[in-house]
Amino acid sequence: MTSIFRFAAVALALIASSAHAQITVKDAWVRATVPQQKATGAFMQLQSAKDTRLVSASSPVSPNVEVHEMSMQDNTMKMRQVPAVDLPAAKTVELKPGGYHVMLLNLPGPIKEGETVPLTLTFESKAGERETVEVQAQVRPLNSGSAPAEHGGHGSKAGYAH
Amino acid sequence: MTLENTEMATMKNRPSRRTLLTMGGLALIGLSGCQRKMVFNGIDVSGSEQGRDFELKDPEGKTRTLADFKGKAVMVFFGFTQCPDVCPTALVRAAEVKQLLGKDGDRLQVLFVTVDPERDTPEVLKAYTAAFDPSFIGLYGDLQRTAETAKEFKVHYEKVSTGSSYTMDHTALTFVYDPSGKLRLVLRHQQSAQEFAQDLRKLLL
Ligand SMILES: [Cu+2]
Repeated sequence: MTSIFRFAAVALALIASSAHAQITVKDAWVRATVPQQKATGAFMQLQSAKDTRLVSASSPVSPNVEVHEMSMQDNTMKMRQVPAVDLPAAKTVELKPGGYHVMLLNLPGPIKEGETVPLTLTFESKAGERETVEVQAQVRPLNSGSAPAEHGGHGSKAGYAH
Repeated sequence: MTLENTEMATMKNRPSRRTLLTMGGLALIGLSGCQRKMVFNGIDVSGSEQGRDFELKDPEGKTRTLADFKGKAVMVFFGFTQCPDVCPTALVRAAEVKQLLGKDGDRLQVLFVTVDPERDTPEVLKAYTAAFDPSFIGLYGDLQRTAETAKEFKVHYEKVSTGSSYTMDHTALTFVYDPSGKLRLVLRHQQSAQEFAQDLRKLLL
């Protein structure tokens, strides 16, 4: 796995973009795990020039990658696998804590802060055309906040030491 | 009745004496006319028949009950380490709350009770809570004890299978005790660290 990470570090691309449907993936990140922790989530911002859907994902670090939705109902956290996440044309869809995420399950080893995790995202258009986008997700600490990309100007985060 | 049930029953009896004493105390305050109604951001559950005590193990295998944390405010959250965002978010917030309390942060104990003891081994629990704050303690019981504890807290949890594994639906509330060991508040996941800290400052006065 080390070689995969090394390769990933060299090939690190913050913004992945596909040729056909012009799908853009921004700020992809994965929450680090502690040893023996078998699952974690990946989050990112997706945008497509044309209507499409994220239908699946895969990664060399996990044998089982699923697209999930988290929701809160009557103060109960529920997480379910979803068949797809719709990407309406030109609209940014966020996979973020509290909503959709890519779930990495049955991890054979820990996901370490500072490394990158390669993800292959598969999109499918209404016409049934499939397209994949490769992403290098950065591993953020396990204790990353729910909106780690937003620093400053966020009242509720005052006093939070980074 | 199994041994576990008997223990649980004894456990439940213990705080009732304390409740009576405190009720007496409150009556006195009421008579002297200086009791001001405390207003909290969280739901005030003072005196309700829930979360009266627990008896769980810490990652070192030591049995822990509420009495171990007397003198401190205690925040209890139920969850599991494979949770992709609600549990880490709750623990990040708990660490923020501790910081917001400044010096009083030392008088706050955060407990993370796993609803997934089958996968959350002591090793994982220890490493997991330490990633947020070294003082946080992960607690676990066997399946029966976990169920009994959740029932006492009116916490719902459920194993739900997902494509290749399983996940746990679970109540995402934070239970807050005052330093005398009485359950006082239930805070919702949507509430901020600031709102949590405001309430805790009142309990730590
Ligand atoms: Cu998930």
